[in-house]
Amino acid sequence: MNKILKYSLYDLIRSRWMFFYFGFFLLFTLGLFWLSPDLSKVAISMMNIILILVPLIATMFGLMYFYNSREFTELLLAQPIPRRHIFLGQYLGVAGSLSFSFLLGMGLPFLFHGLFTSAELPLFLTLLVSGVLLSFIFSGISFYIALKNDNRIRGFSLAILVWLMLAVAYDGFFLLLLSYFKDYPLEKPALALSIFNPIDLSRILILLKLDIAALMGFTGAVFKKFMGSQIGMLIAFIALLFWMLLPVLGIRRASSKKDF
Amino acid sequence: MIAIERLHKQFGKNKVLKNLSLSFEQKGTISAILGPNGSGKTTLIKSILGMVLPSQGNIHLFGKNIRGQWQYRDHISYLPQIARFPENLKTAELIAMIKDLRQRPAREEELIRLFDLQAHLQKPLAYLSGGTRQKVNLVLAFMYDNPIYILDEPTAGLDPLAIIRLKELLQEEKQKDKIILLTTHIMSLVDEIADEVVFLLDGHIHFRGSLSDLKSTYSGQAVEQAIANLLRQEQHNRQTSTRLP
Repeated sequence: MNKILKYSLYDLIRSRWMFFYFGFFLLFTLGLFWLSPDLSKVAISMMNIILILVPLIATMFGLMYFYNSREFTELLLAQPIPRRHIFLGQYLGVAGSLSFSFLLGMGLPFLFHGLFTSAELPLFLTLLVSGVLLSFIFSGISFYIALKNDNRIRGFSLAILVWLMLAVAYDGFFLLLLSYFKDYPLEKPALALSIFNPIDLSRILILLKLDIAALMGFTGAVFKKFMGSQIGMLIAFIALLFWMLLPVLGIRRASSKKDF
Repeated sequence: MIAIERLHKQFGKNKVLKNLSLSFEQKGTISAILGPNGSGKTTLIKSILGMVLPSQGNIHLFGKNIRGQWQYRDHISYLPQIARFPENLKTAELIAMIKDLRQRPAREEELIRLFDLQAHLQKPLAYLSGGTRQKVNLVLAFMYDNPIYILDEPTAGLDPLAIIRLKELLQEEKQKDKIILLTTHIMSLVDEIADEVVFLLDGHIHFRGSLSDLKSTYSGQAVEQAIANLLRQEQHNRQTSTRLP
């Protein structure tokens, strides 16, 4: 698996999409600093980008990489290595290089703006961790979807649908549910529901760190009320790790049963 | 060395291989697996490599069942039908990668010279033409000394000189007692280098035998003609059987 990972990284780090991705984060973060020197304001703007764009790009890139390397995967499948090593290696390569571009693109401007002397270091680290976790989770989901769907159009549609549901529609659905059942105590069901959305979990993780109640939304407030910031963050983080594991298990299972 | 017993493969409702039993035991033999499009050639090859998982039946290699195994693939060299590689890797890095995976001495330098690839070694694979990529594909397939070679359309996209070199290479490997399976749509190639033909039709073995058997059974001077006669006869049989009440 390490060998596949190594060469996937060689390949991906030189891909121009990774340069674009890195460049985008670099310019965007620099631009935000230029507009406002206040680190915490920049962090909030960055949060919105991380929550929406990182999952979308990880999804698209995972699908593109998987479908583009189909023929090469066949060559690898004929080599004396177990199947799961091939797919896990490729997946880790994609997730790893996305995370690398993200970390570098967002990290460099923060470093230049005196991050280590600032009190916002923990917040910034929370942002970075969320971005990395979301990169892993969504490229994993897209690999799983691509493994299950040979038809590219179907694969892309399904993956976009999943992203749309989790990034956009989930909130609306949530609000609808809350207003419909507003006569009942909803804290616990809401808490349970947010566990099912990695983007929501990341938002909660970051906002608990930011401690801005106005932006927390219902679930964030519930998390804080029931568990306090520390425990709430820990639980959100553990749930995100679980989300990271889920596609990996899916990839293992789907790859062992698939015909190529 | 390769024994296939009652192999069935079904993709959804589509039965591609139907109760296929076949073995390749004779060393130093080039077997051409032929058949019209969709007859199951690639599925058969991929089943031997473990890329397609049989619905029923077993495949034994060197007396061992390959189900769930992967180590056995170290004894097989495979040339995939389509030569597409990671775009940003250089040719030399790709070769290094496969060597890294197999961890055995290889003779890539000799093959790089044979197919005149020296000038392409430091280029990213995305910049190579289709024919050059196929040459790289050939280097990857032939650089190991393995008892079994499985080649899916080896001549695709090659220039005449490279085809001649490939034929020489195949003859050389045959002399070294290898079992070579190949699929192709170029019948003159079969005429020139194959020792026997396995003809698949609708997932069955329709014919298996030497080239001379094929030509005499289906009265053709060349393989191409014999295969055309075989298909004509088959078409005729089908039409008459559907006409019957």
